[in-house]
Amino acid sequence: MDAWLEPVAQLLGPAWLPVWTLVKIVVLIIPLMLAVAYLTYAERKIIGWMQVRMGPNRVGWWGLLQPIADALKLLMKEIIIPSGASKGLFILGPVLSLAPALAAWAVFPFTDKLVVANIDAGLLYVMAITSMGVYGVVIAGWASNSKYAFLGALRSSAQIVSYEIAMGFALVGVLMVAQSLNLTDIVNGQKGGFWHWYFLPLFPLFLVYLISGVAELNRAPFDVAEGESEIVAGFHVDYSGMAFAVFFLAEYANMILVAGMTSTMFLGGWLSPFPFLPDGIFWILAKMSFVLFLFLWFRATFPRYRYDQIMRLGWKVFIPVTLVWIFVLGAVMQTPLGDWIHP
Amino acid sequence: MFERIKHFFDSFLLLELLRGLAVTGRYLFARKFTLRYPEERAPQSPRFRGLHAQRRYPNGEERCIACKLCEAVCPAMAITIDSEQRADGTRRTTRYDIDLTKCIFCGFCEEACPVDAIVETRIFEYHGEQRGDLYYTKDMLLAVGDRYEKQIAADRAEDARYR
Repeated sequence: MDAWLEPVAQLLGPAWLPVWTLVKIVVLIIPLMLAVAYLTYAERKIIGWMQVRMGPNRVGWWGLLQPIADALKLLMKEIIIPSGASKGLFILGPVLSLAPALAAWAVFPFTDKLVVANIDAGLLYVMAITSMGVYGVVIAGWASNSKYAFLGALRSSAQIVSYEIAMGFALVGVLMVAQSLNLTDIVNGQKGGFWHWYFLPLFPLFLVYLISGVAELNRAPFDVAEGESEIVAGFHVDYSGMAFAVFFLAEYANMILVAGMTSTMFLGGWLSPFPFLPDGIFWILAKMSFVLFLFLWFRATFPRYRYDQIMRLGWKVFIPVTLVWIFVLGAVMQTPLGDWIHP
Repeated sequence: MFERIKHFFDSFLLLELLRGLAVTGRYLFARKFTLRYPEERAPQSPRFRGLHAQRRYPNGEERCIACKLCEAVCPAMAITIDSEQRADGTRRTTRYDIDLTKCIFCGFCEEACPVDAIVETRIFEYHGEQRGDLYYTKDMLLAVGDRYEKQIAADRAEDARYR
């Protein structure tokens, strides 16, 4: 704790810890929400450019106020609850999908000091919390009492369950080379320039993690849970106004989270790519922006997968590939080469 | 066999996906086609078929002779004409209405007209705020014609050599 906070801590006594934690949460959530808002702007701009359009350019300078206008519009709209819906669960759905998306950020290390809770099983925590996100989708799809929403929820849950495995295996590789579940330790294990970052020895796992991440997020080309051409909008067809916006927030917060986890575990977190440059928070922000750009690029490029192909990719390609690479990795780590991977 | 091995490596190394990403990546920097409409406008042809107008002769006499060819040719049946004999013995319309909500802007009325009375102008930015606002009567059509006669005449003159 910094010295200048000492008098405040003494003044508040035992209430200090929750207050200080709350402050940290607010300081984390507000920039995160802004990032979500401007991620939607970036998405529309970049996809527009790739389609030789300009994207939003009317509200504010170059359309920079567009996300604010969108948020205002959604806030003012009516939240319609369908008469056949299960009311409690219908409202619980968006909450249950947003809460894990935000909770997972608790262990995310922006730098070695800048983390809300530096817990030892950080990686497990993230895995556990992000898997909870699917409950929001399933409950929303079920509570809407609509065929399309229900189909979307079914697809989403099956897909997330399948890709969770490949994703978990990819993280086992990280675990093996880092010898730790603590995210800060994982990043510290990658010290000394970009050739020490884990994406090099774990390249197949890096790709599997990235692609599974896109699938976990239900984003294009794996967005069959929304699949507007066949099931309208999937699990959130019946949501409107702010309830819909909360789903949107959750999806984009999760996107940023997966980008962050990819940067932390494979791209060296806050470490600079060259030893002579200083480390710092801007490195992890730059890496996250890069991964997020990749997500948008994928969406602008790839057509949607057919559902059975998604399942085939998850079960018959990713899981064997990760298993083989874990085996190879285990073998290599017993040889002198292992010192390069894990000093 | 060789084909199958090649296909395996092509898909496993994501080569085709990378090629696709390269295409969209190139277009990220391409010049955009978007026209910022109210500030920038696409060029218009003199044959543009927009809002209708009724024209007059230079002496102020309306051109329309109530032959009803336009009414007959109109595929959307948007034109309604009533006529009578005027005191000087000429046949004139007492009613000439175009329902612009029915009109499909095909330009047949203009083609059919033997005296170039009904024309379609370049004007495309007009609107109605109530039901019925886009039901144009003879007076309204004549008013449009009076207002834009210069432009209408210039457009006809420019197109005349192709007719």
